[in-house]
Amino acid sequence: MTQTTSTAPQSVSKRKPFDFDRSLNTFAAWCLAILWLMPLLYAVWTAFHPSEFETRFSLFAPLTLQNFLQAWNEAPFARYFLNTVILVTGIVSAQFLLCTLAAYAFARFTFPGRNLLFTLVLLQLLVMPDILIVQNYQTMRSFGLIDTIAAIGLPYIASGFGIFLLRQTFMTVPKELDEAARVEGCSFLGVLWRVYIPLAKPTYLAYGLVSVSHHWNNFVWPLIVTNSVETRPLTVGLSIFAVTDSGIQWSVINAATLMTSGPLLIAFLLFQRQFVQSFIRAGIK
Amino acid sequence: MRNSARYQWIYAWMLLSPAMIFLITFTHYPAVQTVVSSFFSTARGRRKSIFIGWDNYTTLMADEVFWKVLVNNFWYAVWTIPLSIILSLAMALWVNEKLRGRGFLRMAYFTPTVLPLIAVANIWLFFYTPGFGLIDQIRGLLSYPEQNWMGSPDTALYSMIAVAIWKEAGFFMIFYLAALQTIPPSLREAAAIEGAGKFYYFRRVAFPLLMPTTLFVSVNAVINSFRLVDHIFVMTEGGPNNASSLLLFYIYEVAFDYWDTAYAATLTVIMLTILTTVAIGQFFFLDKKVHYK
Repeated sequence: MTQTTSTAPQSVSKRKPFDFDRSLNTFAAWCLAILWLMPLLYAVWTAFHPSEFETRFSLFAPLTLQNFLQAWNEAPFARYFLNTVILVTGIVSAQFLLCTLAAYAFARFTFPGRNLLFTLVLLQLLVMPDILIVQNYQTMRSFGLIDTIAAIGLPYIASGFGIFLLRQTFMTVPKELDEAARVEGCSFLGVLWRVYIPLAKPTYLAYGLVSVSHHWNNFVWPLIVTNSVETRPLTVGLSIFAVTDSGIQWSVINAATLMTSGPLLIAFLLFQRQFVQSFIRAGIK
Repeated sequence: MRNSARYQWIYAWMLLSPAMIFLITFTHYPAVQTVVSSFFSTARGRRKSIFIGWDNYTTLMADEVFWKVLVNNFWYAVWTIPLSIILSLAMALWVNEKLRGRGFLRMAYFTPTVLPLIAVANIWLFFYTPGFGLIDQIRGLLSYPEQNWMGSPDTALYSMIAVAIWKEAGFFMIFYLAALQTIPPSLREAAAIEGAGKFYYFRRVAFPLLMPTTLFVSVNAVINSFRLVDHIFVMTEGGPNNASSLLLFYIYEVAFDYWDTAYAATLTVIMLTILTTVAIGQFFFLDKKVHYK
């Protein structure tokens, strides 16, 4: 991505003593990276320092965990964490189950209505539950599920994206493996379990990570269907905490902000490589 | 394989049924029902919901807030879609280049994706705070006047746009990165032997090969330009005077602050129509330019 076309024909393998073009790129890339990290760095700065240092940056500012303690004590974050964990594990396991079965049907079987049904599945990539909040709220009310964790998750568990992704992966499984397993006496579900699922592991990892981060961070729908501490996920809890009392200091709000995104951020930093790799291997292009 | 064809149908239908039941209940049924409710009035107290034909749409045409929000959403899309795509492509190229510290770069670009938008909105809120916030502090050093970024109708929407681009670009980068890694290195070597410069290589070789990704990413970006409204809840609540309100945020207000569900359904129909039209249009327009392998 550079306009410098003047770097004449150069051999790819040989290293040049000083490559101006490359240094310029490196410089630009780093500038953007720092700009991109700014909000996070700033949040870390304020969260770990006393509130006097919110806008004063000094190398010798004392470190403190007081902000975290204060945030933790002022709102039921423990409960919010529990709710989010229940929600996310529930959604992801249900998605894995439903999407695997559906993807297997689309990839392995021919049956009447297959194309129509697959189109209906793909339609969900466009018309997401995120947008159908008005009607889904009525549905939840008629089920008597308002203010339950189930209500937050149910609209998302049959995921068009998940079905599509797994179907694409299952299609790449060689027919011979499938047939060999059938000859060995495997049932259809046995083939799915022993042949298809093991070969799709990278896809499951990629999809699982995307799904976890999406639902951990989801806000509007949970805000609508929940209204008590027992069901509220972290995102909604945080938004309430940050506005209830304008007297709350930035440093405390930022501590709460870091706390809510912490587990995901740490998991991401640990699994970064696998995450990107599995995306690439899953063939999401 | 005698009567097994029939057996396989039933089997496939059984595998599909759990997913289809949920899909229909929470996607197809509500989509259809939304269109239906847009022709009815909102039930209030003892007054039942009745069929009122196009009345909701007449109200909509005369609703100034609706037009305002629609125009806002248009600008939101016009800025966020191309900018986040261009940035994500640049990021992917840089990370793919094996520049110094590429692990760090990749991490830095991708981090916003895993942070909850609602949480980072708090941080951005502070950046934008007039006088005291980080942006104004830096401007202060350069002796610029204070600026109320979120409180002024001229800048509120753009403040939201900046946050959305920051949030999205890293996610799109992953898709480009995945695609870049599938381009065989021999193409680049061949181009180098032919004397093609880097920019020429990008323009004539890499970019065309990335077209399917661009299509995928741009459809996603369009959807996100309607969907990503979390930060508005925390930062401006659509204000000042709806200057930073977007369609989905307005739908939320109408449905859950004013409890006018029929009108909210009407607004949703408009959103679904726009979304479908744009996505289909994009597909046909870009499809011609996509070079499938």
